[in-house]
Amino acid sequence: MAILSKDDAQAILKKVLSYSTADACTVGLSGRTAGNIRYARNSVSTAGAQDTVSLTVESSFGKRSGIATCNEFDDATLRRCVQRAEEIAHLAPESPEYMPPLGPQTYLNPPSAATTPLTPAGRAQAAADSMTLCAAKNLAAAGFLDGGTRFTALRNSKGLEAYQQSTNTDFSVTVRTPDGRGSGYAIADVTDVSKLNTKALTQRAADKATGSLNAKAIEPGKYTVILEPAALMAGDDLSLLGGLMYGLDARSADEGRSFMTKKGGGNRKGEKLFDERINIYSDPMNAEVPGQAFDGDGLPARRMNWVEKGVVKNLYYSRFWAEKNKVAPTPFPSGFIMAGGTQSTAELIKGTAKGILVTRLWYIREVDPQTLLYTGLTRDGTFYIENGAIKFPIKNLRFNESPIIMLNNIEAIGRPVRLAGCLVPPLKIRDFTFTSLSDAI
Amino acid sequence: MNRRDFVGLTGLGATALLLPSLPGFGAKLVDPSRLLEPGADTILKKRLADAALNAAKSAGASYADVRIGRSLNQYVFAREKQVQNIVSTESYGVGIRVLVNGCWGFASTSVVTEASLAATARLAAEIAKADAKVQKEPVQLAAQKGYGEVNWKTPIQQSAFEVPVKQKADLLLAANAAAMDAGANYINSALFQVNEQKYFASTDGSYIDQDVHRLWPTFNVTAVDTKSGKFRSREALSAPVGLGYEYLTPSAAEQVRGPQGTDTVGYKLRYDILADAALAGKQAKAKLGMKSVTPGKYDLVLDPGHLGLTIHESVGHPTELDRVLGYEANYAGTSFATLEWKAKGLPYGSKEVNIVADKLQTGSVGNVGYDDEGVKTKEWDIIKAGKLVDYQKIRDQAHIVGQKESDGCCYAQSWEDVQFQRMANISLKPGPTPLSVDEMVSKVDKGIYIAGAGSFSIDQQRFNFQFGGQLFFAIEKGKITEPLEDVAYQSNTQEFWGACAGSCDERDYRLFGTFFDGKGQPAQVSSVSHGSATTRFNGVNVINTARKV
Repeated sequence: MAILSKDDAQAILKKVLSYSTADACTVGLSGRTAGNIRYARNSVSTAGAQDTVSLTVESSFGKRSGIATCNEFDDATLRRCVQRAEEIAHLAPESPEYMPPLGPQTYLNPPSAATTPLTPAGRAQAAADSMTLCAAKNLAAAGFLDGGTRFTALRNSKGLEAYQQSTNTDFSVTVRTPDGRGSGYAIADVTDVSKLNTKALTQRAADKATGSLNAKAIEPGKYTVILEPAALMAGDDLSLLGGLMYGLDARSADEGRSFMTKKGGGNRKGEKLFDERINIYSDPMNAEVPGQAFDGDGLPARRMNWVEKGVVKNLYYSRFWAEKNKVAPTPFPSGFIMAGGTQSTAELIKGTAKGILVTRLWYIREVDPQTLLYTGLTRDGTFYIENGAIKFPIKNLRFNESPIIMLNNIEAIGRPVRLAGCLVPPLKIRDFTFTSLSDAI
Repeated sequence: MNRRDFVGLTGLGATALLLPSLPGFGAKLVDPSRLLEPGADTILKKRLADAALNAAKSAGASYADVRIGRSLNQYVFAREKQVQNIVSTESYGVGIRVLVNGCWGFASTSVVTEASLAATARLAAEIAKADAKVQKEPVQLAAQKGYGEVNWKTPIQQSAFEVPVKQKADLLLAANAAAMDAGANYINSALFQVNEQKYFASTDGSYIDQDVHRLWPTFNVTAVDTKSGKFRSREALSAPVGLGYEYLTPSAAEQVRGPQGTDTVGYKLRYDILADAALAGKQAKAKLGMKSVTPGKYDLVLDPGHLGLTIHESVGHPTELDRVLGYEANYAGTSFATLEWKAKGLPYGSKEVNIVADKLQTGSVGNVGYDDEGVKTKEWDIIKAGKLVDYQKIRDQAHIVGQKESDGCCYAQSWEDVQFQRMANISLKPGPTPLSVDEMVSKVDKGIYIAGAGSFSIDQQRFNFQFGGQLFFAIEKGKITEPLEDVAYQSNTQEFWGACAGSCDERDYRLFGTFFDGKGQPAQVSSVSHGSATTRFNGVNVINTARKV
């Protein structure tokens, strides 16, 4: 099937809706054509390709809903899929939180990439560029590249119609010294694959690996840190900024079980929780990180301020919770932009008398949802800074810190770079709490 | 692992359209009755598999295996007084792996016909041939005798899929009511049911038909103090199990009381969800007013429902041979327990520490008859009297450590994913001499008893870790004195296991488990259990996790 155009996708959805006998019906069609390559010890370990298209039908009778999916598109299969969703709906209990489908909406048209994703040969070359560089330096590269195109189309019985196509490529590499005493990391994700340079990224990881040899132990405690973007955001796991932003949910705050809960009831929307230099927003039209134009319900995404001058301006409201509280629903955005300054990480280092440069934080887990306390460790390149320069590599450390405290202890905000579909600046933070040393390299 | 899915489970109920993206549950949504229909019979499956194996051999394969998989899942989500979702899924297809010119190739298809399987086998061979040109270390596969036509089934008494959906939903609603009546403000509950129908055939002459069942009832209870803005949660003390619906039939013989003064109950192979939910409601509420721990060194007495996660992270992962060798360096990391480290004969733990790997234990989620590359499962030693004696390895890894056979721990999360080395059940043997948990506590001067798994984090070589829990109790001069809050312990794998002062006996032995152990890129999930009896660790560093924001 590959990637369907807007017209082809909507033609299928229109046909599916014509088979519906339910009170309300929402149909979604999405697909991804993509490929990946994985390598370790400077040798390819696995490679794969993906080509999927899937149809989802949600049918409702009153407040009873059923969902069915299929991945074949002949008329008989489409009819069966609708029938199955309707049968399941009849069996389902009534949902007190049922929301009828939205009517027609207007959507933004986020910028798309000028280039097509890599072919299998292109992926192999991108991996080879990384492995060859490391083999020549007697270093070991382990990396993963995954890229492709996806489309999403929605239509419902109330006349809503939506379509979007996007491309994305993710790459990450860990470079280790042959004796296992040095390790470095680099990561990037791009919309336009011509902007991906696996060689330059591998060079950065290789420099971190060789630079981290003979790391010294320092006493755990409170330190000024420069957190690079990969220490603040991650695509495949929890992160300090990701955890904070995912937590800005109105319902859990109103129910009394979130760090956004207000003493005595209600939520803390409108309160100044962070340093006044903190500004976080989402914007599907941003050229560097184009976002999703609509969410799974078909709610249109718009530019939205989440934190302005340290004040929490908005929380996510599902359609149900918004109606209950008589406010407008706010969809969860596909990515965030944290506004920053003009300084690069290197410039932030120059302006630091004493501190620690953190390449990456890892295995981050919530310790206390009440205070959003997280624990985790530094990894793949941790360095001591003195008088504006990196002095020596240091052993990895475990931290216990809350992003709420962290974003109140801001010393400087650098220039944002793209990471995991977000724009994230390096941050210089005072009194970041490390609680123990790790021998891991 | 992408633990976000594991951690965030209880929040899933509201997002039905996203459920197929939950690892291991990515499949077609179907009517519940579909889950009771039989799959293809073994005569047909053998004919299909032979078509693929013959095509692979004609394409130059020195070895090939075919996995015809049908995986059925159903999950029920509820919160407070309402059922949020009842979702049933089915996925059917075939994965074919071939070894050509010393290199692996893999391809899969959802079109299950002889012609499609032959074409897929040829595609896998093409991939192998292309990659063989840049291959540095040709695959060396441990020999494996064919088993002929054999079958295996999880020893269940009642398939969860045969129980009417309404009965299952009503049980969750009853558990929710029990928690709310006992003082909870909120509860999210879920019931996961899995059936993997797996047919494996290889050029070794094995035709293995397996019917694997797993079940996981779980919940998260929250109590809120609106006035102070404080909230506290308590998760279920159940475990994911390799059992049928009979797991949900309470049995006094399968319950283990915690130490006197703790009012805790642990569960073996039968679970009482109503009693646990009621206790959770009471305990979540009590947590709102508990004493905050004074940080320092304590002797820890760890319940099996807690210790299983510590075993998973600090013994299970570092002894996986692919991690040891560097194949997971870019994702979950490597291991301190390298071949060189093992050769030095340094202690992994005290002499009390005996750890075995297996895929045999009844009730464990790792329990299967044969693994996903046609090897009969077994039990083997990992740590003996504190020394690391072996790793977890599969057929193409055995030669690296000078062994002739696989350990039988190869697994793929679905027919469409390639199989690779996954963690077996890794369990701490109970103490050899009779010792009850009360007797263990009576000898502790200053300690903390911890039940249930909480927050968890470990470094990428498995040295430094930090674990929380669900319930904490102070032990003073041999007695449980009071419940505590804000407890987490930090240690180093070798130091921690070196401080192991012994376990209770087998009467206290229980399994902890997970459905969502993640590994690989693209990531795959796997189910694994960890058995132990309550165990004591001396002088562990405890921190206080309370903060003011």
